[in-house]
This record gives sequence, C-alpha cells and structure tokens, in this order.
Amino acid sequence: MSTIRYRRSSAIGLVYVAPALLFVGFLTLYPFAELIVMSFYNSSLLGGSSFTGFNNYVKAWNDAFVWNALRFTLKYTLFITPILMGLGYLAALLTAGEQRLQKLTRGIIFLPVVIGLGSSSLLWFWLFDSQVGLFNKLLQDLHVISAPLVWFGDAELGLWAVIISIVWKVVGFGMILFVAGIQAIPHEIQEAAMIDGTGYWQRVRRITLPLTYRTIMLATLISAIGSMLAFEQFYIMTAGGPTNKTISSVYWIYTNSFTYFKLGYGATLSIILMSIIFAATAVQITLTRQQRDR
Amino acid sequence: MSHANVAKAPALAARPRAAPERRTARRSRYLLGALCCAIIAIMLFPIVVAFFASIKTSSAAMATPPTYLPSQLSIESYLHIYHYQAGLPTYLFNSLGVASIAIVLCLLLSVSAGYGLARFKIPFKEPLFLLLLSGMMIPYQALLTPLYLLYVKLGLQQTLFGLALIHTALQLPFSIFLMRSSFEAVPRELEEAAVVDGCNSFETLWRVFLPAAIPGMVTVALFAFVNSWNEFIAALIFMNKESTFTIPIMLVSSRIGHYGMVDWGALQAGVLISIVPCVLVYVFLQKYYVSGFLNGAIK
Repeated sequence: MSTIRYRRSSAIGLVYVAPALLFVGFLTLYPFAELIVMSFYNSSLLGGSSFTGFNNYVKAWNDAFVWNALRFTLKYTLFITPILMGLGYLAALLTAGEQRLQKLTRGIIFLPVVIGLGSSSLLWFWLFDSQVGLFNKLLQDLHVISAPLVWFGDAELGLWAVIISIVWKVVGFGMILFVAGIQAIPHEIQEAAMIDGTGYWQRVRRITLPLTYRTIMLATLISAIGSMLAFEQFYIMTAGGPTNKTISSVYWIYTNSFTYFKLGYGATLSIILMSIIFAATAVQITLTRQQRDR
Repeated sequence: MSHANVAKAPALAARPRAAPERRTARRSRYLLGALCCAIIAIMLFPIVVAFFASIKTSSAAMATPPTYLPSQLSIESYLHIYHYQAGLPTYLFNSLGVASIAIVLCLLLSVSAGYGLARFKIPFKEPLFLLLLSGMMIPYQALLTPLYLLYVKLGLQQTLFGLALIHTALQLPFSIFLMRSSFEAVPRELEEAAVVDGCNSFETLWRVFLPAAIPGMVTVALFAFVNSWNEFIAALIFMNKESTFTIPIMLVSSRIGHYGMVDWGALQAGVLISIVPCVLVYVFLQKYYVSGFLNGAIK
C-alpha cells in the first residue's frame, strides 16, 4: 500500500539535487582542479602564464620564507591546541551541570565564538596596545608587570598576545563539544563511582576522560586544522611583524597571490599546506582508531 | 545473622562520614560559584571595557595612560565611525546584502538537495553526497587564488553577489548535511498521507516537509548569516574598493585613520556595532545555534 509512485523515479530526485551539485562543481570542484593546474604554471595577474612543470614546487622547497611560515604556523598550532583543549575541558567540567549559574557561565564562555575573528582581533589589538591598551594597565594594577610591555614589538610576545586573544575567542568551542560529551555519560556510571567513594579527580581521570575520548580527539583535530589555517589574527594584530617573524602559512599564501600577484606560486603553496593538513588528519584519525580498537 | 551484619556495616560506616561530606559539598558549591563568577568577569572584561572606550570622548579614548571608565560620556566615536569614508550605512548595506543573498541561496540549495537525498532513490547517492560535502575537506583559503582568476574573468569581484556565492559555498556542505537529516527524521506516514491526497513531489515538500523542518532551516539561515557577516579573508580579497567593503574590512581599514593616528574610540565603536547582530542572534536563538554547532562538528 505504501507506494509513493514518484519516489521510484530517480530522475525527480536528481532534479532536486542537481542545483547544489552544479553550485559545488562551479565554486568548489572546478576551482580545486584549477588550483592543481595553476600550481604547474608560472601565472601572474600582471603577465601571461607559462607551463613550468614542478618549478614552483622546487622553488617553494628552497624558499626560506615558506619554511619560516610553516614552522611558525606549526609552532602556533602546537602551543595553542593543548591550551585550548585543556582550558576547554576544565570549563566543561565546571559548567556541565544544570545549575543556573553553570548554564550562564557556559553561555558566556561560548559568546565570543559567535563574534567575528576580525572584530575580536581588532578588540584585542587595542587591548594589547602599548600606549592606550588596558591589558598592560590591568597587569600593572595587579602588579604582574612594572612597566607597559610593547606586545607587538617582539615576536614571542606578539605570538602570546595572539594566543591569549584566540583562547578568549574560541575556548568555548571545545567546551561546548566536551559538555555534550560529558552530559552523554550515563548517570549510573558516575553514581556507582561516587558510592564507591572515589574522589572527584579520580572520577574525572578514570571515567569522564576515557568516556569522552572520541570527543576530545575530534575537538583536537578540528581545532588544530583551524590553527593551521590561521590568518586574521596575524594579519590584524601583528601584521606579520616584527621583521616577518609572525607570518602564518595562509598569510604567506595571501601575500604571494594578492600582494605580489604570483598566483601560480600562491597556488603551489596552497597545495603544499593542504597536503600537510590532509596528512596530519589521516595520521590523527588512524591513531584514534587504533587506540579505540585496542 | 552474619548476613544482617554485612548489610548493616556499610550503612553504619556511612553515617559518621555524612557530616564532613556535606561540608565538603557546601564548600565545593561555593568554590564552583566563585569560579563561575571569576570566569564570567574575565570573559566579559574585553567587551565591557571596549564599550566604555566607545562612549568616551575621542581624545579621552586616545589618552595615555588609559582609564577603565569614561570620565565624560560622548557619542563622538559613534559619529566618527558613522561618517567613516562612504559612511556606515553603505557598509551595513554591503554586509547585510551579502548575508541575505547567502541565506537565500543556502536555503534554496540545501532544502532542495536535502529533500532529494533524504526521500528519493538516486543512483550513487552516497558518493554524490560526499561530493556535495567535499567543501568540508578542502580549506577555502586554498581556493581563493583560482577563484580570483575566475572572478576576474566573469567580472564578479567587487560585487555583493560574487562574495555571497563564496559565502554560500562555504556554508553549503553543513547546510545540506543538516537538511538531509532533518528531512530523514520526518515520519513516513505524513508523506504517504500527502501522496494519497494526490500531491506531487513538490507539493509534498511544500506542505509536509518544509513545516516539519523549520528548526533545521532556522539553523541553516542562522549559520549562513553569522558566518557571512563575520567572514574576513574572501571579503578582503574580493571587496577591496572603498565603496564595496563589508563591515570587518571597513573596520580594519578605518584603523589607519587621518595622519596615521588610530581613532581608538571609533574603532571600538565599530567593533561593538559589528558584534551586536551576532550577539543578538546568539542570545535569542541560542538553542538553534548550539544544536547546529554540535550537529556540524559531529558529522
């Protein structure tokens, strides 16, 4: 009886899917194919383009700027990811309950996630300013420092300024995933451990952490990919300085493509960055699977 | 006899422990409250002081050393940002225009594709689905270089529509994913009833599926809006004429004010204006936002 006649026709189904397919083909798949082709050409917006084989890749291999940008991006990712995940998890432990104050805190920690990275970077650019910035004033009032710091005059300080601003901006992202993971743990398990008299941190270590393992791995992956693609925070806050020491990979791609108009080279650098991210993702997923199967 | 003893033993042992435990429970509740309040203060500090800076007089906002509170209230900074270059209305129009086009395109494409994927037999359905989601695997920052060439050829740079297309492409994988699962959750009986009434596939979509999938559509629209409103690097590349800036680009360019001096008050006024829509959307539609967020991450 339950025959829905038009459903048998796959043609009608395809008609519904076709617009999206065309759209994705035009704005994702075609540019992706074009990206690969471009990386083998010496194309510039200013002149024509000529086929150069693997020349761009060889050039990138020998380009100290490329290595610097990759090294810096990796350093940033390795610094910020554990901080984001650790603080996010602590925030989740603190606010996973159903008390009103906990829900309010959770909502406020998540709030900066919805505002733009451009806006938050400009906000923190001002807070960290050595002349008018209130962050220095706060640190001085709390007697942490005695004289104002010039945050963006030094590559290390500049990196930490960016890290502080990004932690404020996205710590709620990990937290909200962890809260969902923690709330999904059956109450019986926690209660059983409580009756056994297991202390709070013991329960976290033995029950909560293992049972949210997959969520932690997922959040780490998403967060690390995001950091590998960092751009706005460095473009706006440090402008790559001082002396080009805080140029991230996407920033360097942007500079090559849209400041120097070396589009072919920019495409090559994009492919290199993308391959690194793919490889890292594959390794991470494989490791997670292996550990789960064990 | 011995059984009764065994049963009693834990109860007896528990009793003397009850009082200190209650005390620790109370202490940990105070600790929790204190921690929550401290965190709220830290998280809100930047936004609150930015607001105070925006209502200082222009010169007070540029003073060294700075003060937390304004000594005198002024809307000077808001006037400055309102009259910056082409004027705030132009930039608001650009940002809202791009976001509106992106919302409409996202809804049309994802509702249609989601319906097709959820309710029809299609050959190679899952590979097609993965193809539609390929944007999740390819970082869009990498595609901007070829898109730039394409846009130069088609004359789409500096147009609201061109930027909206990119914002739609960014948001589409998530939207299709969400609409497909929304439509799959609609009970079969509802669909069959519509078909018995003689509805064709489009009428069934319109009368049965759309009303049932409104929460999903709200989430799609919400994310399309927030992400388009906030998107930075594509707007920076494709909208680089003073009159085509979106709000984030306008803010960055307003930093380099007259005579190389930064008008800090105006900058913070602009930052606040740029975050108000997102905060409003979040506060009023938090349920949709958080659920969409979790859906998107646990794909």
